Amino acid sequence: MNMVVCVKRVPDTSESEVHIDGSGKGIDTSRLSFGINECDNYAVEEAIQKKEALGGNVTVISLGDKQSDEVIRMALAKGGDDAIRLEDEAFAGSDAVAVAKALAAAVKDVEWDIVFTGALTDDDGYAAVPVALGEILGVPFATYVKKLEVMDDGKKVKVGRELEGGLMEMVEMTTPCVLGIQTGINEPRYASFKGIKQAARKEITIKSASDLGLDASDCGEAGSWAALEQFTPPVVGEMAEILEGEPDETAGKLAGILKEKGLV
Amino acid sequence: MKDILVLMEHRQGAMRDVSLEMLSGAAKLGGTVVAVLLGKDVDAFADKAAGLADKVIYVNDAMFENYNSRAYQKALEALIAENGPGLVLIGNTAQGVDMAPALAVSTGFPLVTDVTAIEMDGDKPKPTRTFYGGKLNAHMNMKDADTYILTIREATFPADDPSKSGEIVKTDNPVSDDLSYRQFVEYVEPEVGDVDITQSSLLVGVGRGIREDKNLPIVEELAKLLGADLAASRAVVDAGWLPSDRQVGISGKTVKPKLYLAVGISGAFQHVTGMKGADVIVAINKDPDAPIFGIADYGIVDDLFKVVPKLTEKVKELKGA
Ligand SMILES: Cc1cc2nc3c(=O)[nH]c(=O)nc-3n(C[C@H](O)[C@H](O)[C@H](O)COP(=O)(O)OP(=O)(O)OC[C@H]3O[C@@H](n4cnc5c(N)ncnc54)[C@H](O)[C@@H]3O)c2cc1C
Ligand SMILES: Nc1ncnc2c1ncn2[C@@H]1O[C@H](COP(=O)(O)O)[C@@H](O)[C@H]1O
Repeated sequence: MNMVVCVKRVPDTSESEVHIDGSGKGIDTSRLSFGINECDNYAVEEAIQKKEALGGNVTVISLGDKQSDEVIRMALAKGGDDAIRLEDEAFAGSDAVAVAKALAAAVKDVEWDIVFTGALTDDDGYAAVPVALGEILGVPFATYVKKLEVMDDGKKVKVGRELEGGLMEMVEMTTPCVLGIQTGINEPRYASFKGIKQAARKEITIKSASDLGLDASDCGEAGSWAALEQFTPPVVGEMAEILEGEPDETAGKLAGILKEKGLV
Repeated sequence: MKDILVLMEHRQGAMRDVSLEMLSGAAKLGGTVVAVLLGKDVDAFADKAAGLADKVIYVNDAMFENYNSRAYQKALEALIAENGPGLVLIGNTAQGVDMAPALAVSTGFPLVTDVTAIEMDGDKPKPTRTFYGGKLNAHMNMKDADTYILTIREATFPADDPSKSGEIVKTDNPVSDDLSYRQFVEYVEPEVGDVDITQSSLLVGVGRGIREDKNLPIVEELAKLLGADLAASRAVVDAGWLPSDRQVGISGKTVKPKLYLAVGISGAFQHVTGMKGADVIVAINKDPDAPIFGIADYGIVDDLFKVVPKLTEKVKELKGA
């Protein structure tokens, strides 16, 4: 079983303010830390577990600038074999379909039975790449995958798709296929020290839009379904009444409110 | 304005709320609202859709008994080609996201996913969606096309009471392709655990802010004292710190307790959808911009490791008194 896993480097915005930059189309990233997109971390783990169980090769692909190497190397350190990074100014402003077109072009030169992606990105949150990629490649696909069983010597897979309310939809499909992996499918490992050292020496093949045989009209905003016109801060409803003071005071106030409401 | 085609979603014998929400929202955009219902003997859903649509296209075929993204995609391709709608609305649900991007690729029509507001500029929609887990709104400009496809986040539009009596048009199944490369097997229900949080009257919800499972006792102690059950965000369940039956949200449970005390939970809409019906919502979070404060009644912006032990102390005092 040969596998490809698509990973994206994203900012961690879960605990910090997000400031819109002067262009209105970007954010100030100077105080943000970056790392692998959360679902992609699970996708990497799933690919490596399947390789360990069934043998084969894992190719890591990312579209992004030089700084994405750090994310790629971490996936290599955990057990990935080869890596390709897609970099070109022409990719700027790509939405999910433009990313999918670039990834589709990149996997053409790779041998694979399953392409893994994450189910969605923490930054754009399109949740569209895996399904668009499957269609472009002309293979079966499934997203929100939270269970995966390889059957018939890799000719088929049975996947559990997570639906609302925790219900799981079990579907079978033939390989080759594209799977969008949801968080919680496995327990992502940490890279070993030895793995990190080995990964540091591995080569990452860089490919431009023209290396991939992509036309300008397939890339970036031109190749996208939509372009970002402007960011605005979200409209917040009525804000909570914020209890002010030191922990001792705020906790005291809250306990008082709970008592008053008959909740204690 | 050209017609608006709205895909009806249903599962296990129930119409999903998002279907009626989209019909209601579509009516406000102007134009004729056409509901597309694909199913097997779901006449009752056709009647329901007709209450909010000008027309219902109903394909009754065993192929649509259970959702199959391929069958849905092929049927929509044919119905779009036949009806030439200006806009196609699909729920941004686990079913919708498994199909809409492929439909956009195969038809060549542009798609924007997870839309939370729509304005019309003539025949062209100007959708708004969120980036960075809801921390920013993004106004999107779609590529010019004859038909635009949008997937709509649940609860974006309120569902109106039925006020129309749209014509129900039964249509032959337009799909004849061999779709055997992807087959529905079965639904697997979520596991049931020891506590049913949908029945709890007091809940303490724990999020990733708790950092490690060995820190759980500080919230457990508070919950025990309050007589509350522990609930969790998906991040906590994915990490294996609490079992999945404690998860609140879209892919977990919908709860309606008297009190929901959210500790170290950011308030992603997927979580909030499951708990916004609580009578009193309190949030403890160190990030003043955490979206949870937008729906909480009371908030404390501080380190949970400082506040929660103090709160436990104060509640103990109150109880002793
Ligand atoms: C299809 C789909 C379905 C989903 N379904 C669900 C669902 O059902 N339920 C659900 O919960 N999520 C769901 N999610 C995930 C959701 O988008 C969020 O990722 C998740 O809710 C985040 O959990 P969290 O708030 O615990 O973590 P984070 O977003 O990481 O937030 C942690 C919070 O803790 C705060 N914090 C950190 N340290 C401290 C401290 N010392 N003191 C105080 N505060 C602190 C931070 O400021 C931050 O706000 C779903 C996602 C997808 C794509
Ligand atoms: N720039 C990128 N490079 C590699 N993979 C990507 C990139 N963008 C998105 N993906 C993959 O597609 C998945 C879904 O992305 P999206 O549809 O943008 O939410 C991610 O989890 C990644 O696996």
